[in-house]
Amino acid sequence: MSTNNEKEVLLSVRHLEVTFYNNKKRFRAVKNANFDIYKGETFALVGESGSGKTTIGRSIIRLNHTSDGEILYKGKKINGKLSKAEQRDVIRNIQMIFQDPAASLNERATIDYCVSEGLYNFHLYENEEDRERKVDDVLNAVGLLPEHKSRYPHEFSGGQRQRIGIARAMVMEPEFIIADEPISALDVSIRAQVLNLMNKFKKERGLTYMFIAHDLSVVRYFSDRIAVIHKGRIVEIAPTDELFNYPLHPYTLSLLQAVPMPDPQIEKAKELVIYDESKRDLSGEKPILQEIRPGHFVFANDREMAEYREKLKEMIAFKKEHPTND
Amino acid sequence: MEQNRNNILSVKNLEVKFKVRDRVLTAIRNVSLDFEEGKVVAIVGESGSGKSVFTKTFTGMLEINGEVSNGEIWFEGKNLLENKTDEEWMQIRGKKIATVFQDPMTSLNPVRTIGYQISEVIIKHQGKSKAEAKAEAIELMERVGIYNAEQRYDEYPFMYSGGMRQRIVIAIALACHPKILICDEPTTALDVTIQAQIIHLIKDLAKEYGFTTIYITHDLGVVANVADRVAVMYAGQIVEFGEVEEIFYDPRHPYTWGLLSSLPQLGEKGNELFAITGTPPSLFEEIKGDAFAPRSEYAMRIDFEEEPPMFKVTDTHYAKTWLLDPRAPKVEKPKVIQNLHEKMLALTAKGGIYGEH
Repeated sequence: MSTNNEKEVLLSVRHLEVTFYNNKKRFRAVKNANFDIYKGETFALVGESGSGKTTIGRSIIRLNHTSDGEILYKGKKINGKLSKAEQRDVIRNIQMIFQDPAASLNERATIDYCVSEGLYNFHLYENEEDRERKVDDVLNAVGLLPEHKSRYPHEFSGGQRQRIGIARAMVMEPEFIIADEPISALDVSIRAQVLNLMNKFKKERGLTYMFIAHDLSVVRYFSDRIAVIHKGRIVEIAPTDELFNYPLHPYTLSLLQAVPMPDPQIEKAKELVIYDESKRDLSGEKPILQEIRPGHFVFANDREMAEYREKLKEMIAFKKEHPTND
Repeated sequence: MEQNRNNILSVKNLEVKFKVRDRVLTAIRNVSLDFEEGKVVAIVGESGSGKSVFTKTFTGMLEINGEVSNGEIWFEGKNLLENKTDEEWMQIRGKKIATVFQDPMTSLNPVRTIGYQISEVIIKHQGKSKAEAKAEAIELMERVGIYNAEQRYDEYPFMYSGGMRQRIVIAIALACHPKILICDEPTTALDVTIQAQIIHLIKDLAKEYGFTTIYITHDLGVVANVADRVAVMYAGQIVEFGEVEEIFYDPRHPYTWGLLSSLPQLGEKGNELFAITGTPPSLFEEIKGDAFAPRSEYAMRIDFEEEPPMFKVTDTHYAKTWLLDPRAPKVEKPKVIQNLHEKMLALTAKGGIYGEH
């Protein structure tokens, strides 16, 4: 897990900057983001609303302009100026699943059209029969019936609509899927169904996911590595278990703290921790993302690095003393 | 359920029907529940289970096509359902029983200043002058955690963040010193870090202002944090009711088992998450037997034939499932939610996160 050397890098984000302009005001939504996503893994990007997590996702599928840096997909640059053919390639191979299934489906189109839209745009079918077969197959795979094809999105429940959203992405046979909070709008009992479905596709088709979320509890179960983002800045990246065992950045800690645990005794004993950047000691040189343990990166300067190393030692010692907790 | 003199609100045999086109939907099916003064009750259930409809009947806020077809709601010695006119309801709604809704943007008026919207309520309900109302509004804003309240008094909702807006909605709700505060998914639209702050705020305010809180949520983590008692709703009925620890550590209804089992925190990587199969029953049709039976792996023949009564587990814990009948075979709760506390503790104690550092 920690040595990623042999793994194939599918997507690589280098010094990514995304800036929005509002009249003359400049807003840096993403600040110098760096990370790699390996083939076959689920990479989670976790942060609050406004942290820039969705902006990164949208930049990858070219919905947002990048102002600096590079996004490499299989070693080829996919941001900035591209030829028409290259653009089409990106759009086809990288699909996105959106948060609100009601808003992402055309309410005036039948499910048949919603799912086939990508096939039409890219002529990914030999004849009408072939298209129908593809649509039927994918609907079947997400647990819907062929007779649903003639219906409209409003006739479905939230969970079903999200499955249509997934079908729409899957029918394109993508290699890489960006899932932007795909279960946030869903009921608890349906969340498990959608997560299981996404995992099934990952196993069967060797997909790679970038999972955008604000809730660490879901991410723990679902992802292989996690990046925590705060105000456009990635503050910590680590394999899932590592991040949960040894969270270092104070913002990561406050995020972990904030997730309510389904256990009354733990919850009632919990104290509220609010992360306030202005109250932190930010002296010393500019922090950068540095590797503290293999595969575990944290945004820090040298002074903070020393602190985190100390803390890490404590945590490892604590774990040795309490092995039953493992 | 047993009578208690400390009950602030008592619902008896409530039934709510909606007319949808030419058909009739029964959203609440014969629900009785007592709310004890000062105890936080959380109502949990999936969308469509009727949890919002249930609490809307307390303030006469059902949609126009809905009506209470049976039952009583007792509050301060009066059956609220005898209220006919809007004027009568105005004595209750907002004044005695206030509601905080999920989306703060839709509950605030976008073209009025924040200050106006708070003082409006104070002037209307407490009969204070404009200046007095302003002073009180600013005090309330400070109390719910708005810095520079005096300057922000004249700002508009769009200038506030989501969390701040929800704080304002809470301030408005508190302006009349209600006896009961209904929080209808107050944090669902907010970030986890903000959610933690708002929950904390509501708890503090409940102590300070002495109101009774009713929480509606589908997030069991939030329930564990806020609730003294929990009512689990399914298909328009309360299927289990008990102290919060009884519901989490000793649940008895298969639906409660299902809800707890599907928690992502309990998932192990590589294994499938437990998911409740199927969908809730259509409320347009008459439901025979236990409404959850078609989705339950523990269903017995009788579950499809006869509706189970509320069985008593302890003095505070009740569940509506035939599994509690003495004649039923003994069934243990699913493995995944046995030792829930130990499992959660193991998740939190690892490396000393969640509060130990």
